[in-house]
Amino acid sequence: MESDGEEEVRRIVTDEEKLEAQNFNIFDLPDVPKGLPPHLELQRTRVVCEVKAPLHATGTIYSGAYISSGVDNSVNLENFSENFKVDVISLTKTDMVFDMIGIPPGVANAFRRILLAELPSMAIEKVFVVNNTSIIQDEVLAHRLGLIPIVADPRLFEYLSENDQPNERNTIVFKLHVKCPKGDPRRKVLSSELKWLPNGSELLKESAGGSTTNPKTHTSFSRSQDSFPEFADNPIMPSFQDILIAKLGPGQEIELEAHAVKGIGKTHAKWSPVATAWYRMFPEVILLKEFEGKHAEELVKVCPRKVFDIEEMGQGRKRATVARPRDCSLCRECLREGDETIEGEAKSKGKAEAKSEGKTEAKSEGKAEAKGKRDWVDQVALRRVKNHFIFTIESTGSQPPDVLFTEAVKILEDKCERVISELS
Amino acid sequence: MEHGSFKDNSHATFTLGEEDHTLANAVRFVLNQDPRVTVGAYTIPHPSLESVNIRVQTTGDPAKEVFKDACQELMQMNRHVRSVFDKAVTEYKAEQERKEKKAAEELQRQRELFGSMDIESN
Repeated sequence: MESDGEEEVRRIVTDEEKLEAQNFNIFDLPDVPKGLPPHLELQRTRVVCEVKAPLHATGTIYSGAYISSGVDNSVNLENFSENFKVDVISLTKTDMVFDMIGIPPGVANAFRRILLAELPSMAIEKVFVVNNTSIIQDEVLAHRLGLIPIVADPRLFEYLSENDQPNERNTIVFKLHVKCPKGDPRRKVLSSELKWLPNGSELLKESAGGSTTNPKTHTSFSRSQDSFPEFADNPIMPSFQDILIAKLGPGQEIELEAHAVKGIGKTHAKWSPVATAWYRMFPEVILLKEFEGKHAEELVKVCPRKVFDIEEMGQGRKRATVARPRDCSLCRECLREGDETIEGEAKSKGKAEAKSEGKTEAKSEGKAEAKGKRDWVDQVALRRVKNHFIFTIESTGSQPPDVLFTEAVKILEDKCERVISELS
Repeated sequence: MEHGSFKDNSHATFTLGEEDHTLANAVRFVLNQDPRVTVGAYTIPHPSLESVNIRVQTTGDPAKEVFKDACQELMQMNRHVRSVFDKAVTEYKAEQERKEKKAAEELQRQRELFGSMDIESN
């Protein structure tokens, strides 16, 4: 131990220096990289679709996964509120396409499941057949009638349980009476023949005792349904007037009364208010190598969805660019082994033409070995952006799709509330 | 229904009846985001029975509170989703109306132009 080590310069540490030491954050230094390195960022935010299988499909859920790099992976309410966005792409009375950005996949799937199975709607449940001489059996006819979508807002109706009396607040009554006279050609029975009976059932119930002064029908409507303000101007009818129910030959007749009640898709698919609802993750297509000339043309031809386009670069040179990444259906045709040889000098420049939100360029250093092989596997990168979903909702006509989605979100809220109240 | 132990209330299994993947997966995601949670998982004992078991194990806090907080956060997330969605839809509809009006005005203007041209040629 030399005594030189004792000759330290002793000086007074000022308060400013103490404060600086307290507030020191290594990430404030100018040359420390912020955020995650690009390969980890890729793992965190993208699903890489390779020829064989997708990679990094399960997200890292844990909020502290990248805490040592200083990146907060949490999706708590503040982060969520800042980053969540909705873009409506198209909206008509029956169809809707919109983008949801920043939502976790479990919640998006919950919305989809609720749209399909737990949103109520009205559909025909009980069919009282008076006369059916057609070749369609009673039960088949009843089944077909049940599948016909009805334009009636289910929020105006109540559920009908077994002990309830059918009344104007929980039942809609339709009548179907068609005949094909002898000598006429065969005729079709379309859903336009279903007539709405706003006053309730017209079929009389058979009473056990003697004749009563007031014969009872199968429903007890205390007031006519078309006196309700919602139905005064829009009569209740099937969404589509040209649905084929049955075909009648000469001399055949169908007379029946159908009662429609409220239900959810879980019980029977006829009560599902959407034709279908689905989502897909936002595709991202990146060209890892410059596709020029002949290769560019091949690439453009190979894609069935016309994702790529040719760009003239002057002097007759052509280059392929990614024009419509949104249309990519991930058929992986551009990754498949082609029949042509591609002379690869795989350049390590990535072309990020897709709508990625300011992420770092895809560096293909690991894949830059010159490939003289026949495949395009390493030249085009297909990825999906996690947390960015393109939702499509097709309604059957009873309610517009934006109303359906709002109701689905409300139902998920109600479920959470029920759990909370059960626990308290 | 909570299945746990009386002595240690930081580990528990919650059985929810009449629920399935819809709620359980969404809650599981929010639950795992919470730094107090060591185990957050769900299982469906049998697909024919409508019931789901959610297991919560925490680093000391009572499991019931942590689970309730997760449900609460999910509820607030949903409210936010609803408000953002409604705003986006109203904006889109307003935009569409504006476009239609502009197109109608354009059409009207062109009709007038052609009308006046006919008069001139006469």
